[in-house]
Amino acid sequence: MSDLTRRGFMKLTAGATAVGTFGFPFIARGAGKKVVVIGGGAGGSVAAKYIKRADPSIEVTLVEQNTNYYSCFLSNEVLAGDRTLDSLKFGYDNFAKHGIQVIHKTATAIDPVAKKVTLDGGTVLEYDRLVLSPGVDFKYDAIPGYTEAVAQKLPHAWKAGPQTELLRKQLEAMKDGGVVVIGAPADPSRCPPGPYERACQIAHYFKQHKPKSKIIILDAKEKFSKQGLFTEGWTALYGYGTPDSMIEWRPPSAEGKITRVDADAMTVYSGELDGATKADVIAIIPPQMAGKIAQVSGLTNESGWCPVDKATFESTKAKGIHIIGDAAVAAEMPKSAYAANSQAKLAAAAVVASLNGTTMPTPSYVNTCYSLISPDWGISVAGVYRLEGGVIKSVEGSGGVSPAKATPAQRKREVYYAHSWFKNIAHDMFG
Amino acid sequence: MTRKMRSSWALTSALLVSTGVWAEGQSSSLLADTCAGCHGTNGSSVGPASPTIAGMSVETFLEAMKGYRTGTRPSTIMDRLTKGYTEEQIKEMAEYFSKQKFERFPQEVDAAKVKAGKKLADEHCERCHEDGGRKDEDGSGVLAGQWLPYLRFSMEDFQSGAREMPKKMKKAIESMVGEAGPGSIESVVQYYAGQK
Repeated sequence: MSDLTRRGFMKLTAGATAVGTFGFPFIARGAGKKVVVIGGGAGGSVAAKYIKRADPSIEVTLVEQNTNYYSCFLSNEVLAGDRTLDSLKFGYDNFAKHGIQVIHKTATAIDPVAKKVTLDGGTVLEYDRLVLSPGVDFKYDAIPGYTEAVAQKLPHAWKAGPQTELLRKQLEAMKDGGVVVIGAPADPSRCPPGPYERACQIAHYFKQHKPKSKIIILDAKEKFSKQGLFTEGWTALYGYGTPDSMIEWRPPSAEGKITRVDADAMTVYSGELDGATKADVIAIIPPQMAGKIAQVSGLTNESGWCPVDKATFESTKAKGIHIIGDAAVAAEMPKSAYAANSQAKLAAAAVVASLNGTTMPTPSYVNTCYSLISPDWGISVAGVYRLEGGVIKSVEGSGGVSPAKATPAQRKREVYYAHSWFKNIAHDMFG
Repeated sequence: MTRKMRSSWALTSALLVSTGVWAEGQSSSLLADTCAGCHGTNGSSVGPASPTIAGMSVETFLEAMKGYRTGTRPSTIMDRLTKGYTEEQIKEMAEYFSKQKFERFPQEVDAAKVKAGKKLADEHCERCHEDGGRKDEDGSGVLAGQWLPYLRFSMEDFQSGAREMPKKMKKAIESMVGEAGPGSIESVVQYYAGQK
């Protein structure tokens, strides 16, 4: 027996009936520790890796329905024409070397009592602990006229891959002087600064190739992430605040909240007055909810997201299931790739501790999000959090956004660091 | 994904199990792991610019974090992050990263500049940045194999005065630039970045 297991065993015999620090008794499952991870994205891939890294004796199986992962973060650069979609494409070949089995099937059902996961095709996987990182699915019933079929014509591109390609092709095909509408959703949503970075990257493309074109953001929110910084960049680079501004932002108070869509007429209606905006390209980001598997397994609440214990990310609706990433209710952390990465490591620690009967480490959480206003202008938001009274709270005096009125050199450095963040997080996931 | 990039992962299981880092109530691994998104798995960055922090001495780490926290060392984001940790947590991270291996990845460097840089570094930098910048002693940091853009940013900050240089370093650089011109800085950083 390794040192780890022996220590774990001693702890168990000493306090087998003791209730764990977070209210759930850590019951020994004896020999054979099986973990199933559903979802091989920003959360799941990392959870699988870090569980195996901490305790190679745990059997880890990753269930991911797609053979390739396309990173949505940095996909706005594809829309600008500055990056290929291929550079965002990742495979799962390296997982075998880490001793993780990858099954490319869709999980269709979870039985939390029997501790079983059913896959498309009928395979059943047993688990001692389950990590669920299913990402988001779209509420296609939220905006009249916007359906799943319509999304093939009006791409949200809020999951990267074919949707990203479709949107890029539409932007390329658009005539100079055309109009793009970006529909920005209400909070909470995947990637809060994303829609605004999208406007930047498209504006960057237009500025060079289609300078008479316009971008209109129809927003369900009165304010948005890094707003001051985006506004500063838009003003400096894209004429914001002038009659010739390439970007227009309409919050609900300026009739910006989308009420319905007429895809055939390429028209979006918004505001209390139901005003019409005709456009050449319409990229509405619809409201989201936790991924389908979480919905059908009874792991969500009325909000459509998954409530969890913030110390371990264990579902409050089912024991033995840890839910991380966009699908989880983890405010004050945003729904971001970095947050998923951070939560994955915490959940991994919780899973390993519970399987071995050892104490959970003190939770610590981080988020850093970069947005690229142009190839030379980067901005970021950072957050360091800790657990206070069962709630994730930003550590006072820390975190925040890039300083306003930074020098061009500083903004350029942030671009370098944004690209570094991407490469490192991708390596952490797929390396 | 190159073989070299994969090795930082292969190393970890062995490292953790053998050194017993994963002990009960162990927070330092979790604390340090949250840095991987920018600084790489186990602190070895795959670039292009965010620095590798693996293998840094405790002294260098603590000095850097203190500098960021107090604003005496310029940063784009580290000031905001360091303020989120207690001194105790930072110490734990320093200990953790000091035990990680600095993994070097291939970088695009100019062979002529590297050659010139080696001569210059041997003469002007080696006394404090020993063993071609591999040895981290008295807060000298590990320069060998560090990401080129990061080395450039550091030198820009030193030369502008935004970041304070130790007196010995200031003298050495003045002497080097005096002899070999301002281009000598680029040669030296290329040399260090190119180290395997």
